[in-house]
Amino acid sequence: MVHAAKASHIGGCLSMADILAVLYTRILRVDPVDPQAPSRDRFVLSKGHATAIMYATLAECGFFSLAELDAYCRDGSIFTGHVSHAVPGVEVSTGSLGHGLPIAIGMALAARNAGAGSRVFCLLSDGECDEGSNWEGILFAPHHKLSNLCVIVDFNKIQSFGSVAEVLNLDPFAEKWKAFGWQVEEIDGHDLTALERVLGGVPAISGRPTVVIAHTVKGKGVSFMENKLEWHYRSPSDELLAQALAEVGA
Amino acid sequence: MRTTFIESLSQAASENPDIWLLCGDLGYSVLEPFAAKFPDRYLNVGVAEQNMAGIAAGIALSGKTVFIYSIGNFPTLRCLEQLRNDVCYHGADVKVVAVGAGYAYGSQGYTHHALEDAGIMSMLPGIEVFVPCDPMEVRAATRLIAGSGKPSYLRLSRQGEPDLGATVTDLRKPRVLRDGRDVVILASGPIASRALEAAGALAGRGRDVGVVSVSCLKPLDEVAIRDAVRGASLIVTLEEHILRGGLFSLMAGVFAGDAVRPPIAGIGIPEQGGKTSQAGSREALLDLAGLSAEAIVARIEQSLSKR
Repeated sequence: MVHAAKASHIGGCLSMADILAVLYTRILRVDPVDPQAPSRDRFVLSKGHATAIMYATLAECGFFSLAELDAYCRDGSIFTGHVSHAVPGVEVSTGSLGHGLPIAIGMALAARNAGAGSRVFCLLSDGECDEGSNWEGILFAPHHKLSNLCVIVDFNKIQSFGSVAEVLNLDPFAEKWKAFGWQVEEIDGHDLTALERVLGGVPAISGRPTVVIAHTVKGKGVSFMENKLEWHYRSPSDELLAQALAEVGA
Repeated sequence: MRTTFIESLSQAASENPDIWLLCGDLGYSVLEPFAAKFPDRYLNVGVAEQNMAGIAAGIALSGKTVFIYSIGNFPTLRCLEQLRNDVCYHGADVKVVAVGAGYAYGSQGYTHHALEDAGIMSMLPGIEVFVPCDPMEVRAATRLIAGSGKPSYLRLSRQGEPDLGATVTDLRKPRVLRDGRDVVILASGPIASRALEAAGALAGRGRDVGVVSVSCLKPLDEVAIRDAVRGASLIVTLEEHILRGGLFSLMAGVFAGDAVRPPIAGIGIPEQGGKTSQAGSREALLDLAGLSAEAIVARIEQSLSKR
């Protein structure tokens, strides 16, 4: 998709691929036949630039056909380069960072009020945690004991202009969330068993919202992309695409 | 106005269990009756307007109707991108209610003066914008937006505003506050009371001046607007807002393409342009801004003399 459309953001797609795979195959109660069922779980992709992997996941899960992915970023297509709610299975459009968590909080409040048992999962990027609106939400959710809310941070350590440590350091990251009152789980974001264990623990019995700090590798699975800032922007050539597909065994 | 709003909203909420109200830690001594009556549907989110707007969108996307309430610029400009992306782009059923239109917060100073909000909010796609002139229109607007299913902006003044005319029949159409055909003053918001004063003074000089409240700025009923000014030799717009993007800009847009039309004189608040604001009551600040009834009369006489 990214190659054909000459699009960007492949690095941040690959760092979260395992997270989406576990969410959509093991965790989320969503139905491709009835994507708007009121009692469904919600997934809010707040790092809306990493949308190629989102569309691909939804296609693999049957929300629409795989063939439709060819329209990604094409003229007149619904498959825009930042995630679009016009696409079946996508809850909200994002792209400007720092928007997803407050929306997810609203959904969690409404779900709790309705007593429907829905859970809300929200995926943030690490660079996105620079946004003040997220910290408004991080302060809010524990105060209201939103145990049906789970934030996952795709902590691949690289943001738009350099490493997170250099641009705006988040450390001590887990301690910040703990101090705000969250149930904090810190795992390898490519460990499928660990992902299933912590995501399956929502709603948390602690009565708190959960944050999963998923330590990931930007460009995971493709040797020449791993931990390389440039793959936030570049689109692979024909040769590099072939090499990448061989490496991930596609 | 704010008391009328909360009474009307409470009435709507007692009929519709899907109505929620969020506030950004403002509304002391105003919102309590709603909070007491509907504790499960009221939330003070704290001093965090971006979070408030996003939360409202999330609740609305779960099938509810959500009102968010704060002072002037806080639930509008502070979270403008949340309103654009999260609310309007998704067509989320969120109602932004701002209290303190124009100079309503008088001596509190520039940060609390809402002078550009109606224009900025009108630019958001898919939103409906209401600027009521009196409690009667507030009541009608609250009921209308509570059931519209669309993103809405409701611009309220503060308290103690008198009713200015007869019963509101259709808030989406201009409401005649005073008959008169030669000069028609189109006014939005409680500043319409000064239009009535000015019209009275001009009548004493033999002028035939009507006053019409235009409280629904978006969508604009252009046909009804044209009916309201038909035959006038001068159209005057009056607003407690800068001219750019407000009522004057909207009316200029309505009539711009007409080959033959009366002149349109826009009276509003001058842009601040880096000057510090002065202390003073709403009334004093309006006078200083050239919006006293006397100044309005003078401006209209000046425009008429150019005919």
